[in-house]
Amino acid sequence: MNAHSEMKVAAEVAAPASLGIVMNCQLEKVFYGDFLAVRNSVVPIEKNKITGFIGPSGCGKSTVLRSLNRMNDLIPIFRFEGKVTYHGQDIYDKKVDPVVVRRYIGMVFQQPNPFAMSIYDNVAFGLRLNGFKGDMDERVEKALHGAAIWNEVKDKLKNSGLSLSGGQQQRLCIARAIATEPDVLLMDEPCSALDPIATRRVEELMIELKEKYTIALVTHNMQQAMRVADTTAFFGVDISQGSRTGYLVEMGPTKKIFEEPEQQLTREYVRGEFS
Amino acid sequence: MSVSGPTVESNMRDLIAASRPAPNLHRSPLELRALKSGILTALTWIGALLASVPLFSVIYELVVAGGSRLNWETLTALPPSAFETGGGFGNAIVGTLVMVGIATLISVPLGILAAVQLAILDPDSKLTHTVRFLAKVLTGFPSILAGVFVYAVMVVTMKTYSALAGGVALAVLMLPTVVLAAEQAMSMVPKKMKDAAYGIGCTRTQVILKVVLPTGAPGILTGVMLAVAGAAGNSAPLLFTALFSNYYMSSLTEPTASLAILIFNFSGMPYDNQIELAWAASLVLVLIVLVFNVLARLVGRQKY
Ligand SMILES: Nc1ncnc2c1ncn2[C@@H]1O[C@H](COP(=O)(O)OP(=O)(O)OP(=O)(O)O)[C@@H](O)[C@H]1O
Ligand SMILES: [Mg+2]
Repeated sequence: MNAHSEMKVAAEVAAPASLGIVMNCQLEKVFYGDFLAVRNSVVPIEKNKITGFIGPSGCGKSTVLRSLNRMNDLIPIFRFEGKVTYHGQDIYDKKVDPVVVRRYIGMVFQQPNPFAMSIYDNVAFGLRLNGFKGDMDERVEKALHGAAIWNEVKDKLKNSGLSLSGGQQQRLCIARAIATEPDVLLMDEPCSALDPIATRRVEELMIELKEKYTIALVTHNMQQAMRVADTTAFFGVDISQGSRTGYLVEMGPTKKIFEEPEQQLTREYVRGEFS
Repeated sequence: MSVSGPTVESNMRDLIAASRPAPNLHRSPLELRALKSGILTALTWIGALLASVPLFSVIYELVVAGGSRLNWETLTALPPSAFETGGGFGNAIVGTLVMVGIATLISVPLGILAAVQLAILDPDSKLTHTVRFLAKVLTGFPSILAGVFVYAVMVVTMKTYSALAGGVALAVLMLPTVVLAAEQAMSMVPKKMKDAAYGIGCTRTQVILKVVLPTGAPGILTGVMLAVAGAAGNSAPLLFTALFSNYYMSSLTEPTASLAILIFNFSGMPYDNQIELAWAASLVLVLIVLVFNVLARLVGRQKY
């Protein structure tokens, strides 16, 4: 209990109080049942920047990312200790409705997951959900333009979203996520199911999107992190306690993380010496 | 491993590959494997044919024996009495439609609600496992017991046989089929689709109403149709609940005719007219079920 409160203090001190920080994740402990998955990580997310999360498999990148919009609440055994402030409010506060949080903090998943509906309805889904009353056609078109897929689908908006190729489906999912104009976009390995060309398009898209949105991106692809991330957070796995617990090793400007990291672990990982 | 230019190693590999004889890829029909395959294929064909013999002979028999009496009179007139000629079973068609309709109105909403509970809200609790098991047991429930049960609960208390009681008895029979089919259809909606809905800010209710139910609709509808087909042709539960009537129904609380009971009654009578009508009624029953199935398929086919 004592160690617990100490950590809490440490986390708060470490949180930078910059104006450009939209979200600040001050994670103390995250459990799946009894398993401590991630500990002591402070991850600030800067406005209009792309924050990349890298690290070996199982180090908890997805867990941290999905904690940022309370997606993990859907897993009954998940437990979060710490806080995630979003515009100064702790989204894990008892008074906060996770459903509302997710309307401001959108998500793009690893596997493209369009609904079994038309392309148009996929994009309009979130707008209708929010009771949008304006010009639906215009907003759908704008979102599809924004996701760089308009030209490919403009003649078949009534076709099934599932009839598109994987890369198109992923861009459709991005369109769906940005149609409601969320504040922050969480992307969990959005290119892992895509070929290099589609990957490049999505990367270009992310760079365009950060003009308006703030993006947190999990990626296994070092080149991708270098190409698109402004800030990079490197997570590692601590196996010293006989368990596998992830934690933030180092975070900083992408160039620094890749060229002159402070931690030996980071250096080994970005050079590919890490298993 | 180098990517640029051939190495000594890869040259060696090519040499070894070249020195191997080209494999013979032709089919050899007398090989044991090919023979076995041929015999098994033939057996499955024979099995399939044998299995469809009863089905096709029933349909053939129905069309031949019942088709000749299928006309406007039989579809609308009342059942004839013993030595009468002509007549029909209009009241039984109406009764069957009404009772199956009541049963559907009861069993579909209840069944879908139960399926939501089983498939989504609480898929892994003891209660859920028990309910699922019971539903499976109940699909094989002797239909006459549904009739006896509703007789005790409704007919005795209301002091009359009625279309209402008949509908409830059919609903009891339909419910497990609907529940299991709807549960199956809903749990087949991919998790990533539900995640997408949650991720965009849906409440659990919205996820169910806007994503799970529409995506699972074709499967649910197939289950409902199976249940309807089973209920429409079932006479045992109606014997104790709706009984029969020689007139068109005027309320839901009086004994009511149905095709299934009419077929049951007339087919056992020693009069040609009644036996012909029983055949025609059977054909009509099959056609009703067929029409509903086709309609359901048209309405509920997977659009996206
Ligand atoms: N639903 C869950 N239930 C139990 N344990 C989980 C669950 N999800 C993740 N974990 C565990 O939490 C740890 C972190 O998982 P996480 O998915 O966050 O890793 P990751 O860094 O995203 O890995 P990858 O790069 O392979 O996607 C892993 O040890 C994993 O086994
Ligand atoms: Mg992951």
